[in-house]
Amino acid sequence: MNIVVCIKQVPDTNEVKLDPKTGTLIREGVPSIINPDDKAGLEAALRLKDSMGAKVSVLSMGPPQADVALREALAMGADEAILITDRAFGGADTWATSSTLASAVKKLPFDLIITGRQAIDGDTAQVGPQIAEHLHLPNISYAEEIKVEGDSIIVKRQYEDRYHIIKAKMPCLITALAELNEPRYMTPMGIWDAYHEKEVKIWTLEDLDVDRANIGLKGSPTRVWKSFTKPLKAAGTVVNTDVQDSVEFLMDSLRSKFVL
Amino acid sequence: MNIQDYKGVFVFAQQEDNKLAGVSLELVGKAKELAKDLGTEVTAVVLGSGIEDMAKKLGRYGADNVILADDPGLKVYMTEPYAHVLTQVIEAKKPEIVLYGATAIGRDLAPRVSARVHTGLTADCTGLEVDPETKNLRMTRPAFGGNIMATIICPEFRPQMATVRPGVMQRIHPAAESSAKVEHYKVELPQESFNVEVLDIVKKVSDRMDIQDAKILVSGGRGMGCPENFQLLEDLAAAFGNGATVSSSRACVDAGWVEKDRQVGQTGKTVRPNLYIACGISGAIQHLAGMEDSDLIIAINKDEYAPIFEVADYGVVGDVTKILPAFTEQVKRAIAEKNES
Repeated sequence: MNIVVCIKQVPDTNEVKLDPKTGTLIREGVPSIINPDDKAGLEAALRLKDSMGAKVSVLSMGPPQADVALREALAMGADEAILITDRAFGGADTWATSSTLASAVKKLPFDLIITGRQAIDGDTAQVGPQIAEHLHLPNISYAEEIKVEGDSIIVKRQYEDRYHIIKAKMPCLITALAELNEPRYMTPMGIWDAYHEKEVKIWTLEDLDVDRANIGLKGSPTRVWKSFTKPLKAAGTVVNTDVQDSVEFLMDSLRSKFVL
Repeated sequence: MNIQDYKGVFVFAQQEDNKLAGVSLELVGKAKELAKDLGTEVTAVVLGSGIEDMAKKLGRYGADNVILADDPGLKVYMTEPYAHVLTQVIEAKKPEIVLYGATAIGRDLAPRVSARVHTGLTADCTGLEVDPETKNLRMTRPAFGGNIMATIICPEFRPQMATVRPGVMQRIHPAAESSAKVEHYKVELPQESFNVEVLDIVKKVSDRMDIQDAKILVSGGRGMGCPENFQLLEDLAAAFGNGATVSSSRACVDAGWVEKDRQVGQTGKTVRPNLYIACGISGAIQHLAGMEDSDLIIAINKDEYAPIFEVADYGVVGDVTKILPAFTEQVKRAIAEKNES
């Protein structure tokens, strides 16, 4: 079985802080990580490899620094890593990103494509289903559990107040939730191999059969018109006193706002 | 593509078990505003089976037109049959805007449709407005976990599509009668559309109030210390009575202390109750994104530098396990007094 996993390198947004004076993002010292949903997708692929044998290929589109994320995937046990990088791909929205990734996936043999549900920097949850659309494949989003049965995959698909058990014939695409599993750590041997024995292949525009009108900023239907930080609300009243006075303060606040 | 050919604001009015999702009514309300600015009409599109009586409700909440795509094959949500029918409706009717709820269905369906009709899609919007000059839709959404906001436009493709988080837009006060024109859309689903099989549907039964419907939320975070201490929150919510319930930050859901349906924030639900009481919640930006529009925010936290105090109207620095029981007693007493007088 051939599994293609798409991962994204993201800044750890839990570590991103706002400069209270300027209201701008402090990006310095913010670590880059494999997006958590994608990492769960990679782990799911590696578990299928462990249990039934599979070749796991990992794709990432991004700047040259995304090499680190792909080496981590190799060190976790992926068989092959490909970095899709070219200035021409820059500024892509989800439409252009998915069309680029779909053209890269097409070059590989695959039975199953796994992406994360969404990336923590953009939170769109669009690229997975859009890749499936470009490849005319069924997709199952929000996978909480997966298992393979013959030539089909069976997925526990999360909704707000329910789940569906969905069966799809492969090839198909699923989007993984971080809840799917606890990703393994890299092993020291894995890390050694990832940097000394294995390689991260580089694919640029020339390697892909993709229409130039469908990539990068030019191929993106959406544009960022402006970005801004939210104006901070005026700070309220905070007290630091004993329990009795604190409760008195809370009761007064509720009365003054007519809640009580 | 001739952009001038695209007219009207469409809403994908999601239903499950033949019950309209709350966000559908919120979207119709917002669509009405946008349609007014554009001088056009609002059309709600419902896909399902036996959905006839939803048209009236959508009409009362602001839809000028309702399109019903009624077919047994659309009874249970599946990506491809829904994408197929909605794409057909879009291609036939050429709307300039299509809105979806940013739900587990909308966030699966909308990207598929956007890729198929080749147009842009902006996810999880918290603000929508019409540019007064260009008439383009300005779609504002949080990025980087809510650290920054971005306004997105889709100037050269139609329809302009967006998903909107439930609880963000407000539904309008419903009219007594619906005057919406209802169209029964002829559904033809090719057999290939059924490319997955739903083997089982398991509903999580919860007899508790949806946190998005609550007037008062007593919300707990990691600072509650242990799951047992959530009883203190239950007690306070019970003291407030009807309309109050308990919610939580992500940390407590991840730790398994509370159910996922209680979670407020970027990866949980957006809430805007009359009163939000944050107990032992530090106030990560992802949490604030889900509750900062509450009318009144009270925070209790032992760390005086916790960011929650930056959005709180009233804050108390202290130990939640000591303050909450005393606070609950006082609330009980105040309500009892009010009932007597």
